[in-house]
Amino acid sequence: MSALVEARDIHLSFGPTPALRGATFAANSGEIVAVMGPSGSGKSTLLHCLAGILTATSGEVTFAGRRIDSLGEGERSALRRDRFGFVFQFGQLVPELTAEENVALPLLLAGTRRADALTRARLWFDRLDLQDLQRRRSGELSGGEQQRVALARGLVTEPEVLFADEPTGALDSLTGERVMNLLSSAARAHGTTVVLVTHEPRVAAYADREVMVRDGRVTSPALLVGAP
Amino acid sequence: MTVPMALLGLLEREPSHGYELKRDYDSVFGRRKQLPYGQVYATLARLARDGKVIAGESEPGAGPDRRRYVITEQGATEVGLWLAEPVDPQPHLQTVLFVKVVLALMLERDAEKYLDAQRTAHLQRMRELTEVKRSDGMIDALLADHGLFHLEADLRWIDLTAARLARLAAEVRS
Repeated sequence: MSALVEARDIHLSFGPTPALRGATFAANSGEIVAVMGPSGSGKSTLLHCLAGILTATSGEVTFAGRRIDSLGEGERSALRRDRFGFVFQFGQLVPELTAEENVALPLLLAGTRRADALTRARLWFDRLDLQDLQRRRSGELSGGEQQRVALARGLVTEPEVLFADEPTGALDSLTGERVMNLLSSAARAHGTTVVLVTHEPRVAAYADREVMVRDGRVTSPALLVGAP
Repeated sequence: MTVPMALLGLLEREPSHGYELKRDYDSVFGRRKQLPYGQVYATLARLARDGKVIAGESEPGAGPDRRRYVITEQGATEVGLWLAEPVDPQPHLQTVLFVKVVLALMLERDAEKYLDAQRTAHLQRMRELTEVKRSDGMIDALLADHGLFHLEADLRWIDLTAARLARLAAEVRS
């Protein structure tokens, strides 16, 4: 099976500080892969490179067999908008907009008519059990509610890849569990590939497998079992 | 200690035959580790000897023991005390993990590789328990959560140890 998202030997530094030092990663279509590692190991930087938010200084990043690290910002932006979804730890929603307007936002930015965008957004309120929150301003929602709305927004375009960076990092155990149940169930139901950055083993346990990032490099612990 | 108290607790709920106690124990507490009949009757005999239950007259019918057991006031008091008493919070020392790491360092073997393999094994078990939570009922989920939190604690220890390997190696080999 060929990988849907792949990074080969990528390097990236922030000033004199190397963040990625030859990181190699691959996720297959429909797979949920947890990217784990200590703070500062480079796991979020890897996600940003895979998603075309940051550009590696060397190495290759491909999506569906096509290099994206050599694309211009306009093309990468279109890719992020049309084929990728995102969920971050916090600060993702526009507080002045209602929850359904927030969810519809990626569709509106892609040129979908407002009525159609809101109709499609409302489908996700049903799927993620958020019906009561549709008309509430996102600034009035609790952390767990905001994160479920953010998840709906990340999935509303039915992306091929969902990039989730510490999606439960600001939530208590029970709320985090609910978000992860919804995220993993929705991803599996729609065949969405998920790159899930987390330092929490209980969150990583929702993934099909995990990789570890250490000092800017990726190790796949599964390959080490039984190795000489 | 848990099995006698669990049986006493079930008897406080209602007087029962041994086979009913086994059935109820297995469905609530036993899950994947059922209670052998021998242990049920041996435990009931001890509880009767100590005055915590009273065995009724043997009833006609098939099976090894057709007596109904009733909890005594002493037994009920003991259940009440046991339920209110906090468990001694003993440190759950993972001695096997600890010995493996220290010995690997002492013998200049690859302790980091071992810790990686252990992390993978722990995460695999956590995936299985997470699946139990998603597919089974609340009682299984409660048990799975207990396992998940303990495995998570082990993983914290594994990560901390991995980060300290160089210092540990220097100390072990000095």
